[in-house]
Amino acid sequence: MFTILFDHASELFSGLGYTLGASFIALIGSLVLGTLFALMEIGQHKWVRVIGRAYVEVVRNIPLLVITMGFYVIVPMFIVQVDGFTAGTIGLTIYTSAFIAETIRSGIQSVSSGQMEGARSVGLTYYQAMFHIIFPQAIKIVIPPLGNQFINLVKNSSILAFVAGFDLMYQGKIIANSTFNTFDTYLAVGLLYLIVTMPLSYLMRFLEKKWKTA
Amino acid sequence: MQNFIDAYSAINLRYLFEGLWITTEVSVVSIFFSFIIGTLMGVARYVNIKYFSAIIGFIIDLIRNLPLLLILFFTYFALPNIGVRLAVIPASIVAMTVFESAMLAEIIRSGINAVPVGQMEAARSNGLTYVQAMTVVILPQAFKAMIPALVSQFISLVKDTSLATIILLPELTYHAQIIYGQNVNYTIPMFVALAVLYFVFNYALSLISRVIDRRMSRTRA
Repeated sequence: MFTILFDHASELFSGLGYTLGASFIALIGSLVLGTLFALMEIGQHKWVRVIGRAYVEVVRNIPLLVITMGFYVIVPMFIVQVDGFTAGTIGLTIYTSAFIAETIRSGIQSVSSGQMEGARSVGLTYYQAMFHIIFPQAIKIVIPPLGNQFINLVKNSSILAFVAGFDLMYQGKIIANSTFNTFDTYLAVGLLYLIVTMPLSYLMRFLEKKWKTA
Repeated sequence: MQNFIDAYSAINLRYLFEGLWITTEVSVVSIFFSFIIGTLMGVARYVNIKYFSAIIGFIIDLIRNLPLLLILFFTYFALPNIGVRLAVIPASIVAMTVFESAMLAEIIRSGINAVPVGQMEAARSNGLTYVQAMTVVILPQAFKAMIPALVSQFISLVKDTSLATIILLPELTYHAQIIYGQNVNYTIPMFVALAVLYFVFNYALSLISRVIDRRMSRTRA
C-alpha cells in the first residue's frame, strides 16, 4: 500500500486536491441554494412554499449519479460543453442543496416561534427578524449537521470519477488500471479519504455534544 | 415529442422495469442483511464492553467515512487481487451491506439511547436477564422510534444502487444508459424516465413511512 502511496503521490494528492476543491465549491454553492430553498419552504406565500418543498422532495429522491450524469450528458447537447469537474461539481451542488435546505429549515423551525413574534412585535420586519434574531440562534443548531453534510460531500464527490473529474477516486482508478495492484491502490485511496473525513466527523460529534449541553 | 414516444416503446419500458426490479432486489437483500448486522453492531457499540465496543465503534466510523463507491470498487476490483472473486450481483450486495450496516448501526445505537434508562432498570428488576431485557423490552421500542430514520436510510440505499452501474450491475440506471447508448435521441427521455421512476419509488416509500410513523405515535400516546 505504501509503495503505491509514495510512487503515485503526485497523482493521488492532485486527486485529493480536486476532491476537496469540488467539495468546497459545492458546499458554498449548496449553502446558498439550500438557504434560499429553506427560506422558500417556510415562506409566507403558499406558492413559494410549494415550489420550495417540491424542489427539495424531487432532488432528495433522485440519485446523485442521475443528476450528475444528466447534467454531463444533456447540457452539452444544447448549450455548452462542460468538463467532468464542472458537471460533477454542479451535480453535487444541486443534490446537496436539497439536504442542506432540510437541515436549515429544521434548524430555523427549532428556534421557538415566540422569538419571531417577539421580534416582530418590537417593530422588526419579517426579514430583519429572520436575519438578526432567528438565524444567529439557528446557526448553532445547524452547524454539526452541516459539517456532516460536508463529510457527505467529500464522500459523494467520488461521483466525479464517473465523469472524468480528476478527483481522488478517478486517479485511484487510473493507478489501479496501470499497476494492476488494485488492492493496495484502493487501500491507499481509502486512507486518503479517511484522513479528511475521520477528523471532521469526530469534530462534529464533539461540537454536537458540547453545544447540546450549553 | 416523437423522441419521447419512440423512446418509451413497450420493449424499452420493459427493459427499464427489469432494471428497476434488480435495483429493488439488490436493495432489499442488502437492507435485510444490513439490518441484522447493523443491529448486532449497534448493540455491541451500545453495551460498552471494554475494548470490544471501542473496536466495533472504530470500524463503524471507518466505514461510514468512506465513499460507497470506493467500497464498491474494493469488493469488485480489489478483492480478486487477494483471491476473493465475486460476481457482479453478490459484489454489489456485499458492498452495499458493508456500508449500510455501519450506517444502520449508528441509527440503531442512537435509537437505543433514546429509550429511557428506566425501561432497562424496570425490566431487569422484574427478573429479566440483560439479553432478555434488550431483545424483548428495549429493541422493540427503539425500532418503533427509528422507523423514519430506517426508511430514509433505505431510500438512500435505493439511490446508491445506481453507483453499481460502474461495475455493470444491470440495474435501472445502467439499463437506461444502454438504451440511450443505442440512440442519442433517447437521452433526454431516458433521464426523464430515470428521474420519474426513482422519484416515484422513493417518494412512495417516504409517504408510507410517514403513515406508519403517525399510526405508531397514535398507539404510543
